[in-house]
Amino acid sequence: MRPILLQGHERSLTQIKFNTEGDLLLSCSKDHVINVWYSHNGERLGTYEGNNGTVWTVDVDSESRFMVSGAADNTLRLWAVETGKCLYTWEFPTAVKRVAFKEDDSQVVCITEQRMGHQCAIRVFNINRDGDGTNQSQEPLYMFNPIGSKATVCAFTPTPNVIITGHESGKVALFNVKSGDEIENNERAHSDIVTDLQMSKDGTYCITSSKDKAARIHDTKSLMVIKTFTTETPLNSAALAPGRPYVLLGGGQEAMSVTTTSLRQGKFETRFWHKVFEEEVGRVKGHFGPINTIAVHPAGTCYASGGEDGFVRVHHFDDSYFRAKPYGDLEIAD
Amino acid sequence: MPGTITDDIDYTDIEEKYRVHYDDGFDQTLVVDGVPIIDRSKLERLLAKICKEFSRKGLSIKPDDIFMPWDDSSGKSKGYLFVDFRNADDANLALSALHNHPFDSKHTFKINRFTDIEGFANMDETYDEPETEEFTAKEHLRAWLADPQGRDQYVTYRGDDVEIHWHGKPSQSELAFKPEWKEFLYVAWSPLGTYVATLHRQGVRLWGGPSWKPQQRFAHPLVKLIDFSPCEQYLVTWSNEPIVVPEGALQGSQYFSPDDEGNNIAVWDIKSGDLLRTFSTNNDSDLPATKKQMQWPALKWSPDDKFVARVTAGQMISVHELPSMYLHGKKSLKIEGVVDFEWCPQGEKDKEDADKDAKVALNGAASKATVKKARENMLVYWTPEVVNQPARVTLLAFPSRTILRQKNLFNVTECKIYWQNQGDFLCVKVDRHTKTKKSIFCNLEIFRVREKDYPVEVVELKDTVTDFSWEPKGERFAIVSSNDPNLGNPGPGITIKTDVSFYQLEHGKNDFKLLRTLPSRTSNAIRWSPRGRHVVLATVGSSSKSELEFWDLDFNVEDTGRREGLASKEEWGSGIQLLGTADHYGVTDVEWDPSGRYLATSASAWTHTLENGFAIWDFRGQEIIKHIQDRFKQFIWRPRPPTLLTKDQQKLIRKNLREYSRTFDEDDAAEESNVSAELIALRKRLVDEWNAWRALCKKDSTEERVQKHGKVHPEEEKEEIEVWVDEVIEQTEEIVIE
Repeated sequence: MRPILLQGHERSLTQIKFNTEGDLLLSCSKDHVINVWYSHNGERLGTYEGNNGTVWTVDVDSESRFMVSGAADNTLRLWAVETGKCLYTWEFPTAVKRVAFKEDDSQVVCITEQRMGHQCAIRVFNINRDGDGTNQSQEPLYMFNPIGSKATVCAFTPTPNVIITGHESGKVALFNVKSGDEIENNERAHSDIVTDLQMSKDGTYCITSSKDKAARIHDTKSLMVIKTFTTETPLNSAALAPGRPYVLLGGGQEAMSVTTTSLRQGKFETRFWHKVFEEEVGRVKGHFGPINTIAVHPAGTCYASGGEDGFVRVHHFDDSYFRAKPYGDLEIAD
Repeated sequence: MPGTITDDIDYTDIEEKYRVHYDDGFDQTLVVDGVPIIDRSKLERLLAKICKEFSRKGLSIKPDDIFMPWDDSSGKSKGYLFVDFRNADDANLALSALHNHPFDSKHTFKINRFTDIEGFANMDETYDEPETEEFTAKEHLRAWLADPQGRDQYVTYRGDDVEIHWHGKPSQSELAFKPEWKEFLYVAWSPLGTYVATLHRQGVRLWGGPSWKPQQRFAHPLVKLIDFSPCEQYLVTWSNEPIVVPEGALQGSQYFSPDDEGNNIAVWDIKSGDLLRTFSTNNDSDLPATKKQMQWPALKWSPDDKFVARVTAGQMISVHELPSMYLHGKKSLKIEGVVDFEWCPQGEKDKEDADKDAKVALNGAASKATVKKARENMLVYWTPEVVNQPARVTLLAFPSRTILRQKNLFNVTECKIYWQNQGDFLCVKVDRHTKTKKSIFCNLEIFRVREKDYPVEVVELKDTVTDFSWEPKGERFAIVSSNDPNLGNPGPGITIKTDVSFYQLEHGKNDFKLLRTLPSRTSNAIRWSPRGRHVVLATVGSSSKSELEFWDLDFNVEDTGRREGLASKEEWGSGIQLLGTADHYGVTDVEWDPSGRYLATSASAWTHTLENGFAIWDFRGQEIIKHIQDRFKQFIWRPRPPTLLTKDQQKLIRKNLREYSRTFDEDDAAEESNVSAELIALRKRLVDEWNAWRALCKKDSTEERVQKHGKVHPEEEKEEIEVWVDEVIEQTEEIVIE
């Protein structure tokens, strides 16, 4: 499993995403640039330039036609994946921390930061897919301010008009975007800030990671915690491995406290945990700073991790990964 | 009608509250018996004499206070009288001072309280046999040794929680007990593992038995340190606060009396809980400025619990007998300049001899001549150089107080005394300075204590020796030496380079010869397995290094039982083999289990707060368990008492080891399959639960889709489209001329 090292960013990674087919890998970082790579050989296909601040988040639609990005220059941008052109820009009073496409590509949800007297806001935009994409509506379809702790991550659920959010307090909640009402919440899903939220393929469950050193699988309907993975380091990202019963967790000592702790304490490894048995099965070393984001190929054939060290490492799984049955012959539903 | 209203109010509660309490008792009155019977003429003189007698004890009474009953029929006194004192306190004082006081040659005062007399008069004369308390069997304090799997126990202290665990095969390593002991400093096992002690504000508590019931307590407020005697008969406690006995404190054999005030060390009998004696650690002669750090244990026990000794630096060693705690022979060993001393430990053989002696003494048999007398207790002390006298190490037998061996030493800065645990060898590590006093080097003076005339061997070393350790029950020792310039000025981030050397007794020549040196390590701690042979070198207390090295010193020898004799045939030092290395970040404590099979390392929150927790390794350095827990404080193996098997029985077991091990192997195999069966069942259950949940989710989501779209989406049918793309790259026309 020799990794491919993608050296295209000058600062730490913030989010990486595979497209639906998994042939492309999008990465964004604090250096204002979004890169797109061929996932199979690590060749850089191109960059998306224009953001004037840390790019916090990206998402790509299922046809790999449009891409959205949210950045610290208070903009949400719509890009053409193929040409790298910025098609439309929405401006807000504060930075955009998280974006996500709806399953049918018709809508985009975004979270803006709570800052300078502005409240944290969640907005949903309609994406006009007709024409070249430059003809978008300036006004959001829905907008609301979640009450209480600010939201940090979000995603659409299969239920229409319902999104799932993770909050700074560790809360995980379901919101109706139309009314802005909180439908369901789990105040004590985590005890610290929720750092990542990734949906399963069918959207019926999701995995969250948190600075409280744990990752959890939740049912997206009831928000019931199905599984808990407790590690000994703050987690920045958690991903589900399709096809195999594993979850991938990444994190490490805060960048700011690295100098005050021993090097070997950092634990900058990607951890593989068994999804059902809640046991750690392996670790992959490589980064020399905390891992900020992990993404798994939709077919489960490779994964990529982006770190505070500014590198993306793409690992293609060996044959043995698919053949190995460390727990014997068990049929585990995906 | 105001008058009637006031009448109705019930004032009894207020009246009760403010009523003046008259002293209507007779507490201040005593009855004095044993007064001479006299006639009227002598009354004046007698009363004056009695008053004088009382006032001599500090209780002034006047003849008016005395009432003497008179037998009118005979005209003589009745032989007793009543005395009124000013208050009850004076009466009490008189009671204690003058009861049984000899008035003259014929008469002795017998004093009772007036109030008591009534009670005595009404006493029922018939004797009631006291009911015998029903006998309740006490729990066996060594029940843990009867564990069918022969497991060892350990105690962990983390946060405010204490847990006692069994350590065995993975499936048998279970929690033995989780006590609810609150608010204590730390826990400690007694040396034979019978009790576990906790140090509370009020004193020490001992717990034991299979249900961990409280066994004993010792009321020493603010106790900080404790030390058990080697046979678990006595306990020494120390507190930095001098003992204060407040007014009205409980009195009795288990409590401090006013005489103990100001002392800080107390000696207790464990079985009865009685206080035996208290000492003060502060020497009056010491100036506070010159006060050195207190040595602990401050009291050193002889290995048979018969004597306890303490040193008064520069003056004497005081040896006390037990259980009376009187000074042995009523005088201390006056040794000018004495700095430190150690008792010789008792070997297994000595213990057997001592037991035999005790039996002989018990039977009073005349067969004394046939039994070899057990070795007398020995202690060794050293004195530094004073004016014209060289420094000196002295081996002394006790209680006979005969000097067995003395060795003079020169240019000495410091001596340290190390006994081998069987009392076979004694090593005195002498730090010597060169004439210029600029550099320090080290001599090891090794006494062979079992041989005639106690021969002494010297091993001279160029470097400073930082740690020394005898192999238990062995003839080898290991030293950590260093010539690092940073030695002696520790600082953050400085790791001192050290060399570790092993020495062994060469039987032919009778001297200790270097086996092997392991150069440029960072190890600073030597931990021999309690059974010998295996040794762990650890780097403890360093922020950057935390290595553990597991060494075997008899790698080529199959059977440890027949080690002697074989060693000479092999090449010198060839049996030393590194079995494994490991790393436990931030390790602060390294301890072998009593069986010598496992090693525990722990990182205590008392020293630092990085990655606290503990790990258990086998003797090869394979990690067995590791727990990283914040606020982890203490890990201690439960010690075991010495085996009850005789030498012959042990030999027999060793001979038939194969047969025994077969049953254990079978157990292991059964165990393994058992464990895996359980685990597989658990996993199957988990998988079934998961699959059931997933099936439910799938059903739900398809139903939703049906509702939404009115039809079921076929599950992403894969459609393969084959597209042939012909690309014309270049087209050239060439005319071919035929």
